[in-house]
Amino acid sequence: MLFYKLYKDKDGRKVGFVQGNEACAEAALAAGVRFFAGYPITPSSEIAQVLAEKLPMYGGRFIQMEDEIAAMAAIIGASMTGVKTLTATSGPGFSLKQENIGYACMNEVPCLIVNVQRAGPSTGLPTQVSQGDVMQTRWGTHGDHPIVVYSPCSVEETAELTITAINTSEKYRTPVILLMDETVAHMREKITLPHESEMKLFNRTRATVEPSDFRSFDTRFGDVPPFEPYGNEKGYRFHITGLNHDENGFPTSRQDEVVPYMDRIHRKIYNNLDDIIKVKEWNTDDADFLLIAFGTTVRTCLGAMEKGRKKGLKIGVLQLITVWPFADKVVARLAKKIENIFVVELNMGQIINEVSRAAAGHGKIKGINKYDGVFITPDEILTHLK
Amino acid sequence: MKKVYEIRFSGSGGQGIITAGMVLGEAASVFDGKYVVQTQSYGPEARGGACKTELMIADERVSYPKPELADILLVMSQASYDKYIDEVKEDAWVIVDSSTVKYKPARGVFPVPITKLAEEVVGNKVVANVVAMGVLSSLTNIVSYEALERSLLNRIPRGTEEMNKKALKLGKTLEFKDNV
Repeated sequence: MLFYKLYKDKDGRKVGFVQGNEACAEAALAAGVRFFAGYPITPSSEIAQVLAEKLPMYGGRFIQMEDEIAAMAAIIGASMTGVKTLTATSGPGFSLKQENIGYACMNEVPCLIVNVQRAGPSTGLPTQVSQGDVMQTRWGTHGDHPIVVYSPCSVEETAELTITAINTSEKYRTPVILLMDETVAHMREKITLPHESEMKLFNRTRATVEPSDFRSFDTRFGDVPPFEPYGNEKGYRFHITGLNHDENGFPTSRQDEVVPYMDRIHRKIYNNLDDIIKVKEWNTDDADFLLIAFGTTVRTCLGAMEKGRKKGLKIGVLQLITVWPFADKVVARLAKKIENIFVVELNMGQIINEVSRAAAGHGKIKGINKYDGVFITPDEILTHLK
Repeated sequence: MKKVYEIRFSGSGGQGIITAGMVLGEAASVFDGKYVVQTQSYGPEARGGACKTELMIADERVSYPKPELADILLVMSQASYDKYIDEVKEDAWVIVDSSTVKYKPARGVFPVPITKLAEEVVGNKVVANVVAMGVLSSLTNIVSYEALERSLLNRIPRGTEEMNKKALKLGKTLEFKDNV
């Protein structure tokens, strides 16, 4: 049983008053996700709940796996058959997925992993809010690897970024993480889902060569190799492995193959930062104080900005919509301009280190941190701004 | 209308507090075109235990999603009255289910025997939350009665439409004062 209903607005778009988790699931369906494998865990369970009910109606498949390791493996396998895939979890499950996230990075597998953060470490505070997984999304799996991570601050933005994340994963053949938190996951707001024609969906590039000339990781057409699905009828064959591999997908330890491969999978992301990095700025033009945040804490920063400005405190806000790759250029520009910078995080101080690195000595950077499982209030921020 | 209405409903698990928040939120946002954020908290119990839902209803986008001091408070249990009665603005309106709560008369505190009326007039105390929504709609114009009824009828089990309509109408047409 689902606890929300979608209606049609006067232009025929689907609208509803839904939770962030429900918005994520509905947007995934709208963006063409047709396979979900997962292991339900609070506070992400509603994503699985909605997709269990709705995926079959869209001709898709839902599988509840024996654990999160298997769920991650299942979405990789399904994606390699050409389907847009999704899994959703929270901290403890996200930890289990790490090895296979690395496998997806190594094999350039498009897929979306949703991590709805709760307080940790370990099983922590299952129903309470945290933003303690932000470094884990970057470096949770071992070895050098690129990753793209988006973090929404509202239910509406959860729907938008789910679609963006799926597009990014398809466009660059890469796993993408949607980093939510318990507050946005369970909060209800209105969403309006775009018409299919308004969505600009991106589907992974297909091969243009004959099957006999096909290579699993072909570099002749740019940094993103064209894709052909497993089990295709035309006879395109490929091989994938977690080992370093050559263009045909077979293991290699040749330096002249390993290094170009590693360089290319990073280049395809880092040469396209203007397309991938999204931020939002509020009142940064005249600000004496800058609040930097990601996820739902952005909403508290905006509340603090509105309250503070009424008292004459010139506060500006920077939202890191794309958390990884980090918005170095934006932070560097603002740090040269605004003296007092506060990094607001529901953890003991993680993204603040990236802010300091990007600011390169400019501005006084302080952390406003909360890690008691309770959402931060505007007043709690304002007490630091004196 | 005020710029933002900060609303808190609180009671025990099983009274339909969170459902009431969802119905009000959907009515105000989807049908009345307001900006709404709704959040909730509850214990692990299916029944009993404290639970609350909070809404911000506004004509423009809402930044911080949770109320600090409420403009409107609905309390349906003693524990929730004791906990939240002081966390309201000076000109707040408080609706107290006087059939379940011992309260202190004050300006803006409206005692209504919600659960008792649901049981005696409508015939089932399960619709006490619906009576409360009706009371809310007669007290304020934050949501239209039509929107509230439409959202309500979309969420209830089939076969209970008449009972729910009757409960909402009862709440809407009740007369009550703050006795000060």
